[in-house]
Amino acid sequence: MTNKPSRREFLASGLAAGAAISAAGSAQADIPDPLITEVQPWAREFGDGVDATPYGMPIQFESDVIRRNVEWLTADTVSSINFTPIHALDGTITPQGCAFERHHSGAIELRKEDYRLMINGLVDNPLVFSYADLERFPRENHVYFCECAANTGMEWAGAQLNGAQFTHGMIHNMEYTGVPLRTLLEEAGLDTAGDLKDKWVFVEGADASSNGRSIPMEKALDDCLIAFKANGEALRKEHGYPVRLVVPGWEGNMWVKWIRRIEVMDGPVESREETSKYTDTLANGTSRKWTWAMDAKSVVTSPSPQAPITHGKGPLVITGLAWSGRGAIKRVDVSKDGGMTWETARLAKPGEKMALTRFYLDTDWDGSEMMLQSRAIDDTGYIQPTKTQLREVRGLNSIYHNNCIQTWLVRSNGEAENVEVS
Amino acid sequence: MSKFLKSLSICAAVALAAGPAAAEKLGLGRTALPEEIAAWDGDVSPDGAGLPAGSGDAIDGEGIFSEKCASCHGDFAEGIDNWPKLAGGADTLDHDDPLKTVGSYWPYLSTAFDYIKRSMPYGNAGTLNDDEVYAIVAYILYSNDLIEDDFVLSKETFFDVEMPNADGFFVDDRAETEYPAWSGEACMENCKDAPVKVTMRALVLDVTPETEETSAVQEPAVTETAATSEEAPAEATAEAAPAEAVATFDAALAAAGEKVFKKCKSCHQVGEGAKNRSGPVLTNVVGKPAGAVEGFKYSKPMKAAAEEGLIWTEAELSAFLAKPKAYMKGTKMSFAGLKKDGDLAAVIEYLKSVAQ
Repeated sequence: MTNKPSRREFLASGLAAGAAISAAGSAQADIPDPLITEVQPWAREFGDGVDATPYGMPIQFESDVIRRNVEWLTADTVSSINFTPIHALDGTITPQGCAFERHHSGAIELRKEDYRLMINGLVDNPLVFSYADLERFPRENHVYFCECAANTGMEWAGAQLNGAQFTHGMIHNMEYTGVPLRTLLEEAGLDTAGDLKDKWVFVEGADASSNGRSIPMEKALDDCLIAFKANGEALRKEHGYPVRLVVPGWEGNMWVKWIRRIEVMDGPVESREETSKYTDTLANGTSRKWTWAMDAKSVVTSPSPQAPITHGKGPLVITGLAWSGRGAIKRVDVSKDGGMTWETARLAKPGEKMALTRFYLDTDWDGSEMMLQSRAIDDTGYIQPTKTQLREVRGLNSIYHNNCIQTWLVRSNGEAENVEVS
Repeated sequence: MSKFLKSLSICAAVALAAGPAAAEKLGLGRTALPEEIAAWDGDVSPDGAGLPAGSGDAIDGEGIFSEKCASCHGDFAEGIDNWPKLAGGADTLDHDDPLKTVGSYWPYLSTAFDYIKRSMPYGNAGTLNDDEVYAIVAYILYSNDLIEDDFVLSKETFFDVEMPNADGFFVDDRAETEYPAWSGEACMENCKDAPVKVTMRALVLDVTPETEETSAVQEPAVTETAATSEEAPAEATAEAAPAEAVATFDAALAAAGEKVFKKCKSCHQVGEGAKNRSGPVLTNVVGKPAGAVEGFKYSKPMKAAAEEGLIWTEAELSAFLAKPKAYMKGTKMSFAGLKKDGDLAAVIEYLKSVAQ
């Protein structure tokens, strides 16, 4: 197993690397490398023929780059969540096979042939669409992140989980293909609804949890997408095959999977998931509701507890992800001293609206301890807050919508730990 | 006209048609029938829109709750293990770790009806009739001391119930309370008054899942590259397990099966003090006649199979648990089935271990 090294293995490899470095100074070999001087099996024999794997999986050496869950969080895996291995990925697109899953009644198997989408309520003509119908509407492609409102939720009261996967992995970022929700609503006709300003749509999934959420009409007509492809291929079962709703920038629970019904209404349903869950209770006991937009946030994915520095001092790539549910990322700053001083990181590409942005800080590490942080700034001018700033407004009992600045304590041996700082 | 020019003129036509007004209907889909809308449109709103006819009180509700809800939510709606607590928590919302229940937190009673009707019971959703839903909601209210046990809940009496936290919510105000304060010029140097210190460390808590962990039921991450790789983790677990294994009994496998059994626990109990829930008690099930647990109401096909002498041998159990509905059409067990052979063997071994 090539999982995270145990502490003992880690220290041993760190020591060995350190010894090699001090012996060799700048990279110099004492003896010829047999990987170069001897003919290796892969250079002599055949590899797999085509069709050895009709649908390819990652090579065995990457078998640790997988979703993981935290068993104590939930009672049952059927209503639970797992985490994207963001510490081991690069770029911005999340492969579907390791993109986090959140189910309320398990991932169902629903054939395209059995799929129906109903639009009813305050529409001129209530309609039923088949999957084939959806494919005949003009469609669009957009890259969006989907973040669970509970991402980083376990960190409200203090540093808990030791790994970027667990603290920030309830997120994925895919290129969706689908039909604008607006197109379908207009096909059913919105004259009956009258003034659209105070209208809502209620969206509901086909699985046993029947997850239902209310969305203001303004958002429904703006950028919501009825999506059936992600990263070029069919949605995975765990992400709502054959059809899910995409609600750009807003909390993941609203992205109803296996969407089967859209009802135009004159008020919100105030369903379980929008009252008893996904609301934010402040210190005085009152609670914010309808906190849908996911505010700007970032995290260093490497180095991090699951991705320690193993090469000793010298050139080091610090990298991470930034995103905002209210626009595009303009800038990301990185601090090595717990937020005392900051330097601006390099964005791999200019930030795109409501999509993940990759940042890099190419640095020369002197081997001293770092309190590593990143800070996202979006195009509204919003600056990602510290945990202290969040707590001053929201108190300690909040669960959802935690977009605080994360700190990794990176020790001189390269090991990293999730910490809180003053 | 060349093909190329033809396609150009089509492009131009499309561009014109898709002008600002857009909303040109394509005539796709078909009209939804009233019966279809009635079948799917079950949501209930805070103003009571969507509430059906029917009624129920906490006295009726107690029995239904005990049969259909208590295996997860507890006999008194107090919640078992990590399953949601539905009662209690009054006046705790401004305390540390507030207890959020239907009584202490939920602002609208309609939400309880809506959710239970559409999404419960867990694993058997949408099977309650309207009277049962009213009765269950009444029982939850009674458990929260919000109504008397003989209060009959219906569409007519729905708004006689006062929800304690009805005024406890306000609409997102981040645009006023957070955004202005957290915008502007970002500090780049000397951003803190005192040298930064570590105030809390995750390793002290030690709640992060170990990634090295292996178990008998874990499949190799790379599919079917080597048959031997499946055996390796099993051996690893065997070493760690208690050594008192009987010849025909694999303690390590049973320990792995206890983990798998978590999937069954919302409906089935085992061991001392076990009671029938939405599924029968499973102590002493391996090798015993089917449909024989006293006091459990089995499905018709299960009763028929029992009369024909079905014995839960390991092979029969394995077939049943792999695909319950395919094995026995009409079984009450709503579980989808265990997909991994390793899980099947492990859970059966666990069931053997609880047969005292």
